[in-house]
Amino acid sequence: MNTEPITDVASTQPVLEVDGLVKEFTVSTTRGFRRVKARVQAVSNVSFSIERGETLGLVGESGSGKTTVGRTVLRLIEPTGGSVKFKGKELVGLKREKLRALRREIQIVFQDPQASLDPRLTVGNAIAEPLRIQRVPGKHQDRVAELLELVGLAPDHARRFPHEFSGGQRQRIGIARALALNPSFIVLDEPVSALDVSIQAGVVNLLADLQQQLGLSYLFIAHDLSVVRHISHKVAVMYLGKVVEIAPAEELYTAPVHPYTKALLSAVPEPNPELERHRQRELLYGEVPSPINPPTGCRFRTRCPIAQDVCAMEEPELIDRGFGHPVACHFPSLTHVSVTSAAL
Amino acid sequence: MTEPLLSLNGLVVSFHTPNGVVQAVRGVDLDVMPGEMVGVVGESGSGKSVTFLGMLGLLPSTARISGSATVNGLQMVGAPNKLMRTIRGRQVAMIFQDPLSALNPVYRIGDQIVEMIRTHQDMAKAAAHAHAVELLDMVGIPQPSTRARQYPHEFSGGMRQRAMIAMALANDPDVLIADEPTTALDVTVQAQILEVFQRIQREMNKAVVMITHDLGVIARVADRVQVMYAGRVVERASIDDLFATPSHPYTVGLLHSLPRLGQVRLQSIPGSPPNMLQPPPGCGFASRCTHAQPRCEAALPELEAFGSSYTACVRASELFSEVAL
Repeated sequence: MNTEPITDVASTQPVLEVDGLVKEFTVSTTRGFRRVKARVQAVSNVSFSIERGETLGLVGESGSGKTTVGRTVLRLIEPTGGSVKFKGKELVGLKREKLRALRREIQIVFQDPQASLDPRLTVGNAIAEPLRIQRVPGKHQDRVAELLELVGLAPDHARRFPHEFSGGQRQRIGIARALALNPSFIVLDEPVSALDVSIQAGVVNLLADLQQQLGLSYLFIAHDLSVVRHISHKVAVMYLGKVVEIAPAEELYTAPVHPYTKALLSAVPEPNPELERHRQRELLYGEVPSPINPPTGCRFRTRCPIAQDVCAMEEPELIDRGFGHPVACHFPSLTHVSVTSAAL
Repeated sequence: MTEPLLSLNGLVVSFHTPNGVVQAVRGVDLDVMPGEMVGVVGESGSGKSVTFLGMLGLLPSTARISGSATVNGLQMVGAPNKLMRTIRGRQVAMIFQDPLSALNPVYRIGDQIVEMIRTHQDMAKAAAHAHAVELLDMVGIPQPSTRARQYPHEFSGGMRQRAMIAMALANDPDVLIADEPTTALDVTVQAQILEVFQRIQREMNKAVVMITHDLGVIARVADRVQVMYAGRVVERASIDDLFATPSHPYTVGLLHSLPRLGQVRLQSIPGSPPNMLQPPPGCGFASRCTHAQPRCEAALPELEAFGSSYTACVRASELFSEVAL
């Protein structure tokens, strides 16, 4: 994988530019016996851009805010602050009708195809639904047949219901529906996490093929680091609502700089017993702290093996610190990861 | 030679449903020695969980179980409920994927472990409580006496799974069955929990069965592996042999579908597993196998020795070279 993203001479402008994105949720918790409102910054000042034909992988553990980023980019949930530009047009604050028109170009595929497909709609109707909503003229039936073939299913599958399909096939239906309006950008939110490995591979290949054929840009959200490496051109690592490191995929996996990235990579078990036996692991202690009350300074410092006093006082900015890509750490250092590894 | 702690012989589990009989497990053999961790790998629907749920009598009444499953020589198939209650928890304990649904939300963690201890052992409350705190400490829960007084919702996902392991160890069972114990956890937490399992297996000399779909987890912790497909064991091997010289086309397909460095396209296995209401008479994998021949579909292949492994592929000797010993 990792073929070069498609670059247009005419438009060097990124498809998506996210700048200083913030999403705060209000949650109610208890203080003593009183219920109080608390603010949670699920996404805190996140910036990135995606070029035409490029895939940005977004990885992080639960609570890192990766899914929230995906949804605020589409304005499925409203961002609290920051800017999201699609082909130069600002999406934040855009009126509903104008946003709906833009939705033709921005689509999403969810993790669980079982939950995202209406069990009472035939597959054909489910795929045609976006065409109806957007009042696309022409025969929807033909477009549905074309889309089903595009994702590796048969046109006569249109008459069947979702329960008649396997998990992998259902995810293909979800992808066909996302492609119905000819989008140029798709958010893929854990699209293969619910699938068995042997099925996963087919869907990952399909996504790569579609990107090549249609020049799509992807925001690929996942917790499986090996799949992300395979499909992404760039990868951003998130921790507690912040991006801690962002780099070209190969660079991030072979020469990580942030201690969290290193720990994450070293925690993934690899399907190679010989390697596993001799592997030096950097085990992290504890778990991700509550985002309601994030640590001061660097949010990772409570679990960081190299944290010092300054980490508690000053929040490290996400900037290039001489390693060729941005990293948010006061004490960055390069670690070369052995290239013999199979999974990573 | 030591006797296996856990021994399955031709275990069959089927479900009687309105649509017919679902043959979920179709003859599974397994021996687990003390201090050994055996991985059971397979995709959803391969029968890997149902094998062990059936063995422990934890399936609904529509399930029928036959064959043999012994722990310390005690037969579990067809055993009366009274005997099964002493086996479960005391001889064999099971750890599930989702600790939140396995823990009772309205009781303190410590009290739940105490209940587990006092169900099986004649122990005073205070002594049982002290033992519970000891167990929590052993699985790496900091400030165990404080934590014992807390409720499940006050624990994080990783801590809950540690508590489940502590509870499973409460009566010092010889065999632990872990069903996807780290699937719901983040990778950095998974790494911690796997360390706990390895410590239990090595230091306490327990027999551990690790059911998982993650070949990475297997490579990290298991000694041997059984690969399951369509209710049958298709390959049994040491982890080194399994990854270096797999001897069943399904195992090969599984290994190839993992993303590898420098690989442009992933290799998926076409098709999907057979419907277990009417499983094919021959090899369950034949319909998806690129090497299948008419004879593969004629009869159910048995698990046979092949080099230092066992394979249920009749074409193994043509397709794979035996490992030189």
